[in-house]
Amino acid sequence: MTRSRAWVAGGLALAATLAAAAGSLALGGFDPWRALSALVTGSLGSPTAVLSITLVRAVPLMLTGLAVALAFRAGIWNIGAEGQLYAGAVAGVAVALSAPEGMSAWLIVPSTLLVGGVAGAAWAAVPAVLRLRAGVGEVITTILMNFVAIHLAAWMVHGPLQEARGVFPQTDRIPDVARLPVMVPGSRLHLGFGLAVLLALGLWVWQRFTASGFRVRAVGASPGAARVAGRIDEGRVLLRVFLASGAIAGLAGVVQVTGVTFALYEDFSPDWGYTAIAVALLAGLHPVGVLISGALFGALEGGAGAMQREAGVPAGWVQAVEALAILSILAVNRFMARRDR
Amino acid sequence: MSALLDGALILAFLEAGVRLGIPLALAALGETISERSGVLNIGLEGAIIAGALGAALGALDTGSPGLGVLLGGLAGAGVAMVFAVFVVGLNTDQIIAGTAVTLGGLGFTAAVYQARFGATGTALTLPTLDPLPLPGLSAIPVLGPVFFRQAPTAYLAYLLAPLLAWFLFRTTAGLRLRAVGEAPDAAAAAGIRVRAVRFWATVAGGALAGLAGAHLSLAYAGTFAEGMSAGRGFIAIAVVVLGRWSPVRVLAAALFFGAASALQFFLQNLGWDLGYQLFLAVPYILTLAALGGWVGRAKAPEALALPWPSRRSGA
Repeated sequence: MTRSRAWVAGGLALAATLAAAAGSLALGGFDPWRALSALVTGSLGSPTAVLSITLVRAVPLMLTGLAVALAFRAGIWNIGAEGQLYAGAVAGVAVALSAPEGMSAWLIVPSTLLVGGVAGAAWAAVPAVLRLRAGVGEVITTILMNFVAIHLAAWMVHGPLQEARGVFPQTDRIPDVARLPVMVPGSRLHLGFGLAVLLALGLWVWQRFTASGFRVRAVGASPGAARVAGRIDEGRVLLRVFLASGAIAGLAGVVQVTGVTFALYEDFSPDWGYTAIAVALLAGLHPVGVLISGALFGALEGGAGAMQREAGVPAGWVQAVEALAILSILAVNRFMARRDR
Repeated sequence: MSALLDGALILAFLEAGVRLGIPLALAALGETISERSGVLNIGLEGAIIAGALGAALGALDTGSPGLGVLLGGLAGAGVAMVFAVFVVGLNTDQIIAGTAVTLGGLGFTAAVYQARFGATGTALTLPTLDPLPLPGLSAIPVLGPVFFRQAPTAYLAYLLAPLLAWFLFRTTAGLRLRAVGEAPDAAAAAGIRVRAVRFWATVAGGALAGLAGAHLSLAYAGTFAEGMSAGRGFIAIAVVVLGRWSPVRVLAAALFFGAASALQFFLQNLGWDLGYQLFLAVPYILTLAALGGWVGRAKAPEALALPWPSRRSGA
């Protein structure tokens, strides 16, 4: 799909989502206009709302969105960003908590991020190996790994990593030196946002301009052809992309812990890893597009609170709208493909 | 050690295993139907949670758990119909559409529940689907209390597995359904309406997933909670692989995983308190091990998850 067509498809999908969202609100007996204007004001109404709510909420969606877009581009159905994110968060918080007194932030922050990324990659390695060695499809295995991660994280915050007082199911708060610095003074926007932007640009340049990036796109477009015509070692490409995708999702987890919550607790993620699929698809799997769609979904989640307060719309509705967005994208893409014939 | 030999404890464990295995069995039998026709319904989880809420509201509003079960089945069928409109009608990607249907099912049920009962409301008390001991059979030692003092939905699962096997492998309609899943082009050439078969197979599968949800809310929990399907839809899909797309083996695999889930209660009773969250992860780890170990290469229907008519462009 050309770039202008991707924009048209994205715009149409957004319009369809908006219509479906307004329709479902009206059906539920809410005032769509009041609810949607509360959503917009709550997420974009002031500089504080944009920086400290929408963009902060967008960071984990952008990072997991990049992870999913990369995997899907190579034809890997990584539905496991959720679990990889938990793995990154658990490993990252463990490192941040065990940092010795007086250690430099220059040392501890990068090592925390690194360990989180490695943990995410390790979590992705299980379904990757199962696909490449045992021929088991990754759709189910990545989803199963999500549940393992969620339960293990819950066990951690009830057990080995529980806070010192042993009352709440959460870890102690990580020390100040291990926290990500704030990017815009006076806001809550942390370095993780800059990281997501840099990563998106890097992924775009890599996919567009390098030979290894081309191999990834070739394998995704047609694995058989890539192997026969391009002499591309398909298994090697798949393994690397799978691990990289897991690492980026793991980074999302550790960034959230060190940039926003400063502690890990049960049910840490409101399904970021699944919303990431909507984020990646709306962006047409384009890394830079993921930044835009991630911000859009960040606004949706950021404005949900205001919508609940001012129009009484239940929080679960936002997740339903994310599902409507995915279905709208699918439908729009199909109709556009049909018109071409 | 003496506790290990406690017969009553083991009976209770097995009974709980069957009770936990029934929703998996119903959903997995439903998924067997749709997968045999070539449709991989990742949206199964969405159909289960819709069935759970549908059954809860139905039982609450009519006062009859039986009508609740019926409504649960209809709700599951409705969700599967949305999925089928996309993957069969529009011929979109099955995995992405299925993920969306699961997300949407979880989101909409949570929204409906919150809108009706408030975000924090006290646990709902429902007219429950009580165990119905089968005369005669329930008196058999061991097997009786384990298998035949269950809710009526359990007996449905026992009957459905052999019935479905007969349908799939001994009837013309079953042959057509399998043909659509194995070789849709050939089936179409033979005059079978591929898309109609896939559509209704998916809807039927969703109805069974809805019944699984009804069992969860009316027979297992006696209440509805947001997200109470708790990943059972995904385990059910793995159970279909473990049961190699054959209904009777699928039922057996589902009961095995029910037992794996019941292990946490059993081990806790033995005084193994490692933290129940760890035991919650066990069924998923077992499923992964089983998929990787001995059944990974089991042969799926040839055209599973492939759009038909085939096309070139992406999602």
